[in-house]
Amino acid sequence: MTTAPAQAGWRFRQPSVIPGFGLTLGFSLAYLTLIILIPLSGLIWRSAALGWTDFWALATDRRTLTALKISFGTAFIAAAVNVVFGSLVAWVLVRYRFPGRRVVDAMVDLPFALPTAVAGIALTTLYAPKGWLGQLLMPLGIKVAYTPLGIVVALVFIGLPFVVRTVQPIMEEIDKEVEEAAATLGASRFQIITRVLLPGLAPAIITGFSLAFARGVGEYGSVIFIAGNLPYKSEIAPLLIVIRLEEYNYPAATAIAAIMLGLSFIMLLVINLVQTWSRKRYG
Amino acid sequence: MEVRVVNVRKEFERFPALHDVSLDIKSGELIALLGPSGSGKTTLLRLIAGLERPTKGAIFFGEEDASQKSIQERNVGFVFQHYALFRHMTVADNIGFGLKVRHGAARPPAHEIRRRASELLDLVQLSGLEKRYPAQLSGGQRQRVALARAMAIEPKVLLLDEPFGALDAQVRRELRRWLRDIHDRTGHTTVFVTHDQEEALELADRVVVMSQGRIEQVGSADEIYDTPNSPFVYSFIGESSSLPVKVDNGEVWIADRPIGLSAPHAPPGEAVLCFRPHDVDLLDGCSGCIAGTVAASRRVAGTRRVELEVGGERQRVEIELPVDHPAAQKSRVAFRPRRWKLFPAG
Repeated sequence: MTTAPAQAGWRFRQPSVIPGFGLTLGFSLAYLTLIILIPLSGLIWRSAALGWTDFWALATDRRTLTALKISFGTAFIAAAVNVVFGSLVAWVLVRYRFPGRRVVDAMVDLPFALPTAVAGIALTTLYAPKGWLGQLLMPLGIKVAYTPLGIVVALVFIGLPFVVRTVQPIMEEIDKEVEEAAATLGASRFQIITRVLLPGLAPAIITGFSLAFARGVGEYGSVIFIAGNLPYKSEIAPLLIVIRLEEYNYPAATAIAAIMLGLSFIMLLVINLVQTWSRKRYG
Repeated sequence: MEVRVVNVRKEFERFPALHDVSLDIKSGELIALLGPSGSGKTTLLRLIAGLERPTKGAIFFGEEDASQKSIQERNVGFVFQHYALFRHMTVADNIGFGLKVRHGAARPPAHEIRRRASELLDLVQLSGLEKRYPAQLSGGQRQRVALARAMAIEPKVLLLDEPFGALDAQVRRELRRWLRDIHDRTGHTTVFVTHDQEEALELADRVVVMSQGRIEQVGSADEIYDTPNSPFVYSFIGESSSLPVKVDNGEVWIADRPIGLSAPHAPPGEAVLCFRPHDVDLLDGCSGCIAGTVAASRRVAGTRRVELEVGGERQRVEIELPVDHPAAQKSRVAFRPRRWKLFPAG
């Protein structure tokens, strides 16, 4: 067939000078199917073997619910912390020239590169009751290792580069003249940040948040070392899946995974919609 | 508000951008800072705004020493070449921004800010666009919003940094006339920076010509054009030709010939003769004139421009000839400048 889609009447492509729309779209779809869609549908397929009542019973099991709550809750808090401090780090890297800036810039990427288990063990050693930081926090009544707080600490570590690396390029694009304009109009330093700079950065910050959050929800390696893994207290959902697997309880494992998948999808979709909206407004 | 710049010097990392500049701007005046890039005109404007601090010297708004005040306290309206609008705010919010960030009793109520914004939109002829975002406006419209935003705070001085530099020629001419109009209606003391002499001469009450961090001349369009006080102003404003000459006995000489211009007050020695290419008398014979061989000729609209090689040194000068003048390649042309000026050589 040589008839162009345009003649057939369905035109969803933008005309482009580079040919090969059909080829590239076909490849993208095949690739996504192979890499993402087939494994995920396998997951749903296996959990569907459970039947509704069993699935519901498993989903509403108190252990499952607490594990999910801990996973999503800690990931949310960690992403929120990263948004604040990650933006601050990005600001310092973009706006100031100081000796060692390149080194600090490179250090931001370390959590990407480090095996997560190493990070987990290192953090546990630091924050354990007898560790360097743990023994300082102990008298204050703050327990980090083996509590949900420890999970948050690990996820903050893992998620930092996501926020810094998404916000940094947008910050670099900020026109200094916009700040100067605000200053001549009488805006104080604080007003310039809250009313002029942050709204412009919002789409990038939301992206950074969603990336850090998604990463936090799925994180396993670093968390299991510092969390202590006490059921109903500091047990994360990915660990619960592994536990079920070790019990050869495949339907239960896939059911929890399917719930995580559904929740993650909904949350990322919402974040994406918020982002599209803000991009349209501020773009 | 009257603005006085007193002996201001500005250095950027030991590199001087302005040397000892003084300038008096009268209240309600429209002043142009004109000069090539690197002449310090934008630096001077930013110093008045408070976006830079002078290394030495002071800037007075009326009797107040403004150099001791922060940008926020100076209450100046600044318009940037690239608009610098807040792109996440609507046009109305952009204009109202300066009022909204005020504190306590100084901040007008919301409806008053809205009323003021739409009033200013009327003034800049953009009524009805309150709800648009800057991305939805053309360049000329954005610059008008920027001007409305600057005027909303009722500034003591309005400062514009190459306000039409990013716009195309058509819009530029239109906005130029419109800015003059707004200025005449509102009477703000206004300083604008430009490197376009046509813009400066047409728009401003007085033009400040700057070069290499110094003010070369301040005056009305007529003064600047008719009586330039340096070879730089001569060549920067309008067309000009210059020739190295010698002054002796109150006469101007080129090589060993007097050219029929007397300069009784000029000091004897080397000098530079400047004149306008169109301001010359053509002569037939040559006893006391400048004579040269035509080296090149171009047709420029209603006249012909010829380049002459003059004297033994073959100095090139440009003059204008009527289109029907018979001068051709290699023929000799004799002329004498009608209006001219001598500057010391060097």
